[in-house]
Amino acid sequence: MAMTESPLDTSNIDQEQLLASAEKGTSLWADAWVRLRKNRLALVGLAILVFLTVVSILTPWIAPYGYEVQDLALGASAPSREHWFGTDIFGRDLLTRVMYGGRMSLAVGFVATGVALVIGVLWGTVAGYAGGRVDAVMMRIVDILYALPFMIFIILLMVVFGRNILLLFLAIGAVEWLTMARIVRSQVQSLRKQEFIEAAYSLGLSRWRIIHRHLIPNTLGPVIVYTTLTIPSVMLLEAFLSFLGLGVQPPASSWGLLINNGVETMEEYPWLLIFPGLALSITLFSLNFLGDGLRDALDPRASKD
Amino acid sequence: MFKFTLSRILQAIPVMLVVVTVTFFLVRLAPGGPFDAEKAVPPEVLRALEANYNLDLPVWQQFTHYIGDLLQGDFGPSFRYPGRSVNELIAAGLPASAELGFYALLVAIVIGILAGIISSLRPNTAQDYIPMSAAMIGICMPSFLLGPVLVLIFGIWLEWVPVSGWGDIPGDKILPALTMGSAYAAYIARLSRGGMLEVLSQDYIRTARAKGLPERVVIFKHALRGGIVPVIAYLGPAFAGLLTGSFVVETIFQIPGLGRFFVQAAFNRDYTMIMGSTIFFALLIIVFNLLSDIVAVWINPRLRHQTQGG
Amino acid sequence: MALLDVSNLKVHFHTRNGVTRAVDDVSFSLDAGETLGIVGESGSGKSVTCYSLLGLIPMPPGKIESGTALFNGEDLLNCGEKRLAQIRGDDIAVIFQDPMTCLNPYLTIGEQLIEPLTYHRNIDRKAAKERAVEMLREVGIKAPERRYDSYPHELSGGMRQRVMIAMALIAEPKLLICDEPTTALDVTIQAQILKLIRELQQRHGVAVIFVTHDLAVVSQVADRVLVMNQGKVVETGNTRQLFANPQRAYTRKLIAAIPTGSKAQPRVQDEAPLLAVEHLKTWFRDYSVGYFSARRHPEVGHIKAVDDISLHINRHEILGIVGESGSGKSTLGRAILGLAPVTGGQINYRGERIDQLGNRQRKPLRQQMQMIFQDPYASLNPRMTIFETLAEPLLVHGLATRKTVTAQVLALMDDVGLARNYIRKYPHEFSGGQRQRIAVGRAIATKPEFIVADEPVSALDVTIQAQILDLILDLVDKHNLTMMFISHDLSVVRYIADRVLVMHHGKVIEEGKTESLWTAPAEDYTRQLLAAIPRFEVDAPAHNL
Repeated sequence: MAMTESPLDTSNIDQEQLLASAEKGTSLWADAWVRLRKNRLALVGLAILVFLTVVSILTPWIAPYGYEVQDLALGASAPSREHWFGTDIFGRDLLTRVMYGGRMSLAVGFVATGVALVIGVLWGTVAGYAGGRVDAVMMRIVDILYALPFMIFIILLMVVFGRNILLLFLAIGAVEWLTMARIVRSQVQSLRKQEFIEAAYSLGLSRWRIIHRHLIPNTLGPVIVYTTLTIPSVMLLEAFLSFLGLGVQPPASSWGLLINNGVETMEEYPWLLIFPGLALSITLFSLNFLGDGLRDALDPRASKD
Repeated sequence: MFKFTLSRILQAIPVMLVVVTVTFFLVRLAPGGPFDAEKAVPPEVLRALEANYNLDLPVWQQFTHYIGDLLQGDFGPSFRYPGRSVNELIAAGLPASAELGFYALLVAIVIGILAGIISSLRPNTAQDYIPMSAAMIGICMPSFLLGPVLVLIFGIWLEWVPVSGWGDIPGDKILPALTMGSAYAAYIARLSRGGMLEVLSQDYIRTARAKGLPERVVIFKHALRGGIVPVIAYLGPAFAGLLTGSFVVETIFQIPGLGRFFVQAAFNRDYTMIMGSTIFFALLIIVFNLLSDIVAVWINPRLRHQTQGG
Repeated sequence: MALLDVSNLKVHFHTRNGVTRAVDDVSFSLDAGETLGIVGESGSGKSVTCYSLLGLIPMPPGKIESGTALFNGEDLLNCGEKRLAQIRGDDIAVIFQDPMTCLNPYLTIGEQLIEPLTYHRNIDRKAAKERAVEMLREVGIKAPERRYDSYPHELSGGMRQRVMIAMALIAEPKLLICDEPTTALDVTIQAQILKLIRELQQRHGVAVIFVTHDLAVVSQVADRVLVMNQGKVVETGNTRQLFANPQRAYTRKLIAAIPTGSKAQPRVQDEAPLLAVEHLKTWFRDYSVGYFSARRHPEVGHIKAVDDISLHINRHEILGIVGESGSGKSTLGRAILGLAPVTGGQINYRGERIDQLGNRQRKPLRQQMQMIFQDPYASLNPRMTIFETLAEPLLVHGLATRKTVTAQVLALMDDVGLARNYIRKYPHEFSGGQRQRIAVGRAIATKPEFIVADEPVSALDVTIQAQILDLILDLVDKHNLTMMFISHDLSVVRYIADRVLVMHHGKVIEEGKTESLWTAPAEDYTRQLLAAIPRFEVDAPAHNL
């Protein structure tokens, strides 16, 4: 068996760099970043999200007005030079309120999804990898939780324990991890039967190494897509609770609350609905594009152009 | 099939037990009781009230009493609507909610599956992007925004359909059903697109084409059954969700449904009503999940075979 | 006039990565009742040629650039999709490769069988059913009335392929296209199906295009043959003459790659067994049997994948394990490496019992005992580069330091014949043969003594298969390996193994030195297996090889 194409050419390989990247296990993410940079839509989505996040963090310092400063004499006014997004019926600056609302909505979205992500991925991976009785018990628990009518459960929690924002995050996160756990488990189960996992096992790798080097990287695609779907659904859940009067309370704001208020006066003062609605939509679309882009970027098999 | 159904029903019993127990004690953990709001009730009247509702007994005895009644299908009297039982309240609201849910589901299935099929036939073209972008908007649009917008456009500007009511004017059920069904239609569209894309790449679709079958036969007879499998798994939770999530739509369109009772019950600390609604919904979720599992098995001959053995 | 006359057919695939000339100026013709074999490796364009005639390639990205295909004087490439749909399934029928995936799992056999009749001939369902039952009987399906209402999953692979054949012939087509119709089947079933196709062809006088990668099969069925490579016709002619006297280098290469004969010389062996397996059993729970009855009657409640097998492998020996699908040969290999459970019996390695070792105790052993898997597409982590894949075993077993690992990986790549500049690439960027080289490299990375190779070449093209087999033989020599070589392909085993074990239904049927087993098989089952291997038949000895 002659080797036809094996020039002793190592000059173009930076061995040190290669070693470093391969050993730290960062090459997957580094490669993903290289691929992501070529996806324009995903980059735009990422840029918008970063921008919104930074603005949210800095809001208390950069907002043009205070969020509860009223100008009753002015009342609801259309967008103008002083008030870019206009003012609401109490004469409060809408831009300021949208910025503060974004702070709340993004925080709910990211924190609750983070809670769901951590619990869901761990629960699903352990159940899927352990299999057998452990898996059966763990998934039965998920089934039981699924059967609880969660909308009522959350309303109940909010009524019972008062309008505690931290509790709201936790409660929503506790609802959303169930589906995540199911998705991860089914991924892990199908991966576990793949030959490359068997090969890793027969190489004598430790369980932990198999899980974090071979299993988890291969579940990332669906997890990321589901995460980007979870963030919007969490934000909508918060909006729904605001609609019930159980979420954020005026004069504080969230996008859900602003949209809800805007709906009531949409015929007379359409900007009160349009601006918060736009903010929410842009965020959700950005998340969607970023999610699809990340999924593709994390899969080396996706086309490289 | 019988064994499968039976085992699923048996599995539901412990689930229901957990649901009942958790809600029972959670409700009672809450600060404040059901009669707090009624000011200046003389202590003896309050005591009589509590005795009437067994609230003077130790909690565990309240629990056993409740379970006993529950086993006879009795959710107990409402704390807030004197003289009316929870069973009556549920029975009063159920028809409207069920009808609304049914129409919304119909909207969701018809629009969702059609959009999914259309997208899947020419993936990554305008025929795919347009329905799928609409679906994305449908998912992102909260119903308390979509409802008023629909009312504004079709009810007020175009004056095509009535803006509210339930069963009074012909056509007044159209907007509520659309409002409720659209988010579900969007999910179903995404699911059926994925399912159809998967099936359309299967070898047996090529076989069907190689037999020279017309394209509509290939799609509706050969591909659709496999393509909607993910949709069917989703329908169970979806229908339960349509019933529980109807509060917003019932409020906007002034529909005398269940959703409002339940939300009010939570606000009012109407213990029995909260319990009743929670258990009722848990039961619905379990029943509809079971139904969708049965349909999934029935539609797929391979599963049908496996479940016969047991 | 020829039944089918294809001239200057060009089919291109337009992808984002450029244009692939899948079929590049192909011409051939076929007379009524004749059989034309189209032979080529994967990617040669042999299937695309056939599918493009029927409008069955996905368009886009596929596009028929030019050419004509006159069928009974009518140009298939220009008659419009509607007319083409009328011709498909009526005048021209197709049998596909994998009977497991080509029948619709949601519809009954009968429903699928009668479709060509109800849609092309407007025959009512009752008459169509009569015809279908008759056809099922003709293709050798027992109790056809009952099978008519069965679903595909209730039939074995061979039966399903019979159903596919019945479905193709039910409307009495003039031309039958068979695309690798026996590739997914066991060798004994393959022999039956080939015989059936030949009989039916003669009885119904139908012309056949037989697409395959297997030269032996084509030498048995085809009157004329067309050799294809990279979208082009290499050469064409009378089958036996062409194979006896190939004109082109590519054809000669194909013929040379067929594993024939036995190993040049058995390796010198130590008589001391490296591995000894005694009464090994691996049983799996049969979930169609209830839990309690399975506990009461373990004989009934379990699938006996490996059932009381004893064997030994001497140092530096290659032991071939041969069997059809479901014979338990893979499970045996996995059980030895601790990848499948051991229900009973024992496994001794270097005289020490290893079947009861825990995960941690087994780790030093894993360095010495390795495995090469069948599917090089599934056995490599798609998210790890070649460097990561090959470096992992070295680092985990402490055989390399961070300083030396790159050099060691490069040396390994040299060893298995991979160009060094591929080191940063991901598995999907490689061909099947290159991937299998990576997998082989990973298996020998820890310098093991013993390797289980589970069908390492069955997913590969014949010329690649020959290269990988030679690579394995080279490495076995170079590193003094002992190997258990599992395969369904008897010719491959004969080519590589010193000694052979024949398995069937979890049991050993026969065991012996490779050549003596071939020349004088003692058991009926072995004889059947050997008889079923399609012979590569040519007119005159191929003296120019």
